[in-house]
Amino acid sequence: MDEILVLAEHREGELRDITFEMLSKARSLGKDAGKSVTALLLGAGVGDYAEALKSHADEVLVLDHGNLKAFNAAVYQQVLSEVLKSREPSLVMIGHTAFGVDLAPGLAVTLELPFASDCIDLAYEGDDLKATRQIYEGKVNATVSFADAPTVLVTFRPSACPVEDAEASAGKVTELDVAVPEEPAMRQFLEYVEAAVGEVDITKADVVVSIGRGLREEENLPMIEELAEALGGVVACSRPCVDAGWLPKDRQVGSSGKTVKPKLYLAIGISGQFQHLSGMKAADTIVAVNKDPKAPIFSEADYGIVGDLMKVVPALKEKIAELRA
Amino acid sequence: MNIVVCLKQVPETAEAEVKLASDKKGIEMEGLPLQINEADNYALEQALLLTEEHDGDVTVVTLGPDSSDEVLRMSMAKGAAEAVRLAGPAFDRGDPVAIARALAAAVKDLEYDLVLTGCMSSDDGNTAVGMALAECLDLPHATYVTQMEMGDGEVTVGRELEGGLIEKLKMKMPCVLGIQTGINEPRYASIMGIAKASKREIAMKSASDLGLDEGSVGEEGSRTKLEELAYPPVGEGAEILEGTPAESSGKLAEVLREKGFV
Repeated sequence: MDEILVLAEHREGELRDITFEMLSKARSLGKDAGKSVTALLLGAGVGDYAEALKSHADEVLVLDHGNLKAFNAAVYQQVLSEVLKSREPSLVMIGHTAFGVDLAPGLAVTLELPFASDCIDLAYEGDDLKATRQIYEGKVNATVSFADAPTVLVTFRPSACPVEDAEASAGKVTELDVAVPEEPAMRQFLEYVEAAVGEVDITKADVVVSIGRGLREEENLPMIEELAEALGGVVACSRPCVDAGWLPKDRQVGSSGKTVKPKLYLAIGISGQFQHLSGMKAADTIVAVNKDPKAPIFSEADYGIVGDLMKVVPALKEKIAELRA
Repeated sequence: MNIVVCLKQVPETAEAEVKLASDKKGIEMEGLPLQINEADNYALEQALLLTEEHDGDVTVVTLGPDSSDEVLRMSMAKGAAEAVRLAGPAFDRGDPVAIARALAAAVKDLEYDLVLTGCMSSDDGNTAVGMALAECLDLPHATYVTQMEMGDGEVTVGRELEGGLIEKLKMKMPCVLGIQTGINEPRYASIMGIAKASKREIAMKSASDLGLDEGSVGEEGSRTKLEELAYPPVGEGAEILEGTPAESSGKLAEVLREKGFV
């Protein structure tokens, strides 16, 4: 039987959400297309994870080896190549994560696999797989088809698919016997360094007033700080504001920053790329101010104002002050 | 130390409304300013900083239409010594692997200790060309790089993972690094630099110049194909508060009051 193979992702002792999101997607795809779902678990001391995976897959392949302790794209790529060559799954799914983007493209080149990255949806039309991916910073969806090949490779975007409940019938666990090379001298893992902790913990705030590229200049920051103060909240931001040096890294909301779940999230001048959305979409109430009516942030928001933030923010401050008075 | 930087020109879409072209295969480019891809700008700056400190030259390489000469000239105005553009219809509509294969054919003949690229582009967003390029060149690679520390024949890099966790790696050179935004502060070109760069040569390379079979690059050399573009489906979406800034923010203030935030 044809199989869909999902590479389980884990870091520092935990399976990551993307693993279960991909397995959920694979199961619904497999049901429609008559394909089984296999989870591939690579690592050192990871045998216990098979238990959690087997209720989401028909089979769990485990390769537990000391050389797989640290994630190293060079080592993982070589092992994956061997596994894919011997099993020839019709589809391989790897997370579109810092781990996956470092690994998948090289694999596509060496094995000459048709490859699409950062897919947000997958569907079979007959035997043909179609992938949906987003371009132009989430403003356009593209449908991609693949050349005829025994195996197709995709990376799949985190948070693009909900996690389905586990199946009652658990899959089998198979130990793999594949040679694992030592970490090559050309790329060696040294250590993980935790992000620095700042003065303000934005994950603890009930109200987060967040700014993006639309702020244009650091000089415009004080009016945002005043608005946050009026609402008893903290100022946070999307990545471009940290890159520009307007705010420190610990204020960044998004996949490479913090995940926040405040009661109110006010997104000002943030278009809403998925990296940002994944860090704030669990907020109770989301309000967006953006000049592009089609900005992706409006799909996540509860309330929106289409307009120039330089005019809206001062007006909003004034209205809040009036209500207070 | 010599560094090759692969970069590209993209339309500025972060702040703009994007409209699909009538054939649904592309977008309306009119009215969208063209600029260097943001992450590539950081990669270029990193290369300039490193060659200024360790002596050497920066060569910039792009694959793209005639308009991309502008980003190559801007790169030279900032200090790049040489510029190469892969040009010609054979390269059109390549997928990330086909683009990487073409770039590799141009890069392999250059002298370099490092190859830097932006970690992703704002148009196609593949986050794949740089790492595929590394594989084509058979070089070690790392992406999402936000830290670099040069050693003797090696470089210690910090990769930014989810949650801001940094993964530190030691890489032998030459290697290919995908540079993440924020690693440095990109400079602006000087007026004098721009004037000088306008007269500089750009080396144009066609597929045959690079010894590439035309069927191995561009659309023909791609194993994925773009079928159609569409606007993302709008779910329930936001309740838009209409009116002038005073009116819409008045409505918002009222909502915030009802919810107990004011």
